[in-house]
Amino acid sequence: MAELIWVYAEILDGKVTTTTLEMLAKAAQAGTAEAVLLGPAPDEAAATLARHGASKIYRSADAVYAECLTLPAAETVAGLIEKYRPAVMLFASSYAGRDVVSNLSARLDCGAITDVADFVLKDGRVEATIPALGGSYQNTATIENQGTKLLVVRPKSFEPKVDEQPLTVEEVPPATGEAIRRVRRKQTVVVKREGPQLEGAKTIVSGGRGLRGEENFAMLKELADLLEGAVGATRAAVDAGWVPYAMQIGQTGKTVKPDLYIACGISGAVQHLSGMKTSKYIVSINKDPDAPLFQYSDFGVVGDVFKVVPQLIEELRKRKGGA
Amino acid sequence: RGNALNIVVCGKVIPASSVTIELDPSSKRMVRKGVAHELDPAAASAVEEGLRLTEKHGGAVTLITMGISDATIGIRNALAMGAASAVHILDDAVAGSDTLGTAKLLAAAIAKQQFDLVICATESSDSYSGIVPGQIAYLLGLPPVTFAKEVSVEGTTVTIKRQSETGYEIVEASLPALVTVTSGINEPRYPQLKGIMAAKKKEIKLYTAAELGVPLDQVGERGAREKVLTIGRPPKRQAGRIVVDQGDGGKQIADFLAEIKVI
Ligand SMILES: Cc1cc2nc3c(=O)[nH]c(=O)nc-3n(C[C@H](O)[C@H](O)[C@H](O)COP(=O)(O)OP(=O)(O)OC[C@H]3O[C@@H](n4cnc5c(N)ncnc54)[C@H](O)[C@@H]3O)c2cc1C
Ligand SMILES: Nc1ncnc2c1ncn2[C@@H]1O[C@H](COP(=O)(O)O)[C@@H](O)[C@H]1O
Repeated sequence: MAELIWVYAEILDGKVTTTTLEMLAKAAQAGTAEAVLLGPAPDEAAATLARHGASKIYRSADAVYAECLTLPAAETVAGLIEKYRPAVMLFASSYAGRDVVSNLSARLDCGAITDVADFVLKDGRVEATIPALGGSYQNTATIENQGTKLLVVRPKSFEPKVDEQPLTVEEVPPATGEAIRRVRRKQTVVVKREGPQLEGAKTIVSGGRGLRGEENFAMLKELADLLEGAVGATRAAVDAGWVPYAMQIGQTGKTVKPDLYIACGISGAVQHLSGMKTSKYIVSINKDPDAPLFQYSDFGVVGDVFKVVPQLIEELRKRKGGA
Repeated sequence: RGNALNIVVCGKVIPASSVTIELDPSSKRMVRKGVAHELDPAAASAVEEGLRLTEKHGGAVTLITMGISDATIGIRNALAMGAASAVHILDDAVAGSDTLGTAKLLAAAIAKQQFDLVICATESSDSYSGIVPGQIAYLLGLPPVTFAKEVSVEGTTVTIKRQSETGYEIVEASLPALVTVTSGINEPRYPQLKGIMAAKKKEIKLYTAAELGVPLDQVGERGAREKVLTIGRPPKRQAGRIVVDQGDGGKQIADFLAEIKVI
């Protein structure tokens, strides 16, 4: 019989997250996929999970999971794991995913493998692929424990897949008691983001320290608009306060995988590369011929962003308007 | 003062950012011996946050690190920034510990301190598993208050702005608690000469696993559940075309975009 693989499902902006669907696709391919969905979620969330390969969904809509974050979720998942003993459980490398898995790995005294880009499961044994040290290495690792193997999965590691399953939902009792209410979420603030978002963008135009200032990101926005894409940035640009953290791409920011990534004034540090180097096409503009990013670029121009980018914008306008 | 805060900061000392970290093919672990070390910048931010809180409320910061003897340089740095004392878990037997082994050792060392608050960085800069703090919180029974981009303490309540995918959340818990801080939370101070001099006189307490009462089969290589099987390099991306801008760089990119049918 196929082995049981669970996915810890997450909701963001009223939708099941893409990483959840990516993990489900992998789980369904490697075994029998089931999902755990805790906390308030839109009505169609369970159906979305079933449509993407979940043959069963463990569900509690109780508000405690939203109000108290990690502790109730970890308690409920630990109980479910002890009852059903899945071979593997997958968590996204997200805020909630990391919080829940860290608690579980200590509670169940089983540890976890983090930063997983892929895995195979055979006779209950997991062999995971890990891009270590910012992706300069690619290792394989396993975890030796009796029970469920906990894996923390990198976003964009798999393609979501429609794999319609009959909707089977098992209601689970919510976690209760004072101990799980020790962390309280008092308020949620959504910072308004303008224009297309990085998640899901087919084209990303990204800027680094070479942009020299906040005002010059307008030029990247113009280029991105012409290509119907979104604007991203390096940590150097974010830390300088030029753009918000939501735009950061890399190890401590977002992992993206667009069809086209245009890097402007970005050196290509491993921590940045690890968030974008699986993009289909990479184009870079840098005045330093030795910038490491050139080694990952399909097309590179050694030159000044303040000359090359405006010319590119003008050229795209011409070709759009003209031809 | 009744409200003074005793803060424990867990921070790593790691190969300096100028060092390209390599993996040792036989042990499959990072080469740490014989390379320059520094206080992890993420740990420096955690120390800084602790110092700011104690400057406001009174109290003291203790740094706890687990690492090889080369870690001393980073510990001194934290002491020079203003931490009052430090604990160094130094024991050959703990080399190769996995996240949970590390968390057990750190939790045991924290339990020996008087503390109101534990501060960790969300992730370390070299191994960035990001799960050690949550494990420590569980082991010590502390509420985990994570991904802070701002921290404040009011009476016996700690409140943070928690980074989220769409903005932030206001999250609180009662002390004692464990907080993790994100990398951009502050700009760590540079140690001043006075601090550097003072640091030389501050205590660095050494512990082995046995002294912490953590069984040896739980830590080090032997206790590690996570095991690296193979190390290798990722497939190289096929070399692309690199041109030097002769005044038509922008046009050439447009041509390339046409070639790959983006325009
Ligand atoms: C734990 C940790 C996590 C990190 N996480 C991330 C992360 O998530 N994302 C991230 O991006 N970084 C991250 N970093 C930082 C990373 O190491 C680099 O410091 C950062 O990516 C550098 O950004 P940059 O390329 O913009 O700046 P730099 O490295 O300074 O590069 C700027 C480039 O611009 C070029 N340039 C300058 N002027 C011009 C011009 N006029 N025209 C053309 N080119 C020009 C220069 O030649 C240079 O190559 C992390 C670091 C650590 C330690
Ligand atoms: N060896 C260590 N010594 C001290 N603190 C550590 C150690 N390993 C992990 N930590 C703490 O846990 C955080 C996350 O580390 P990691 O799980 O390696 O990403 C670090 O920023 C520290 O606060």
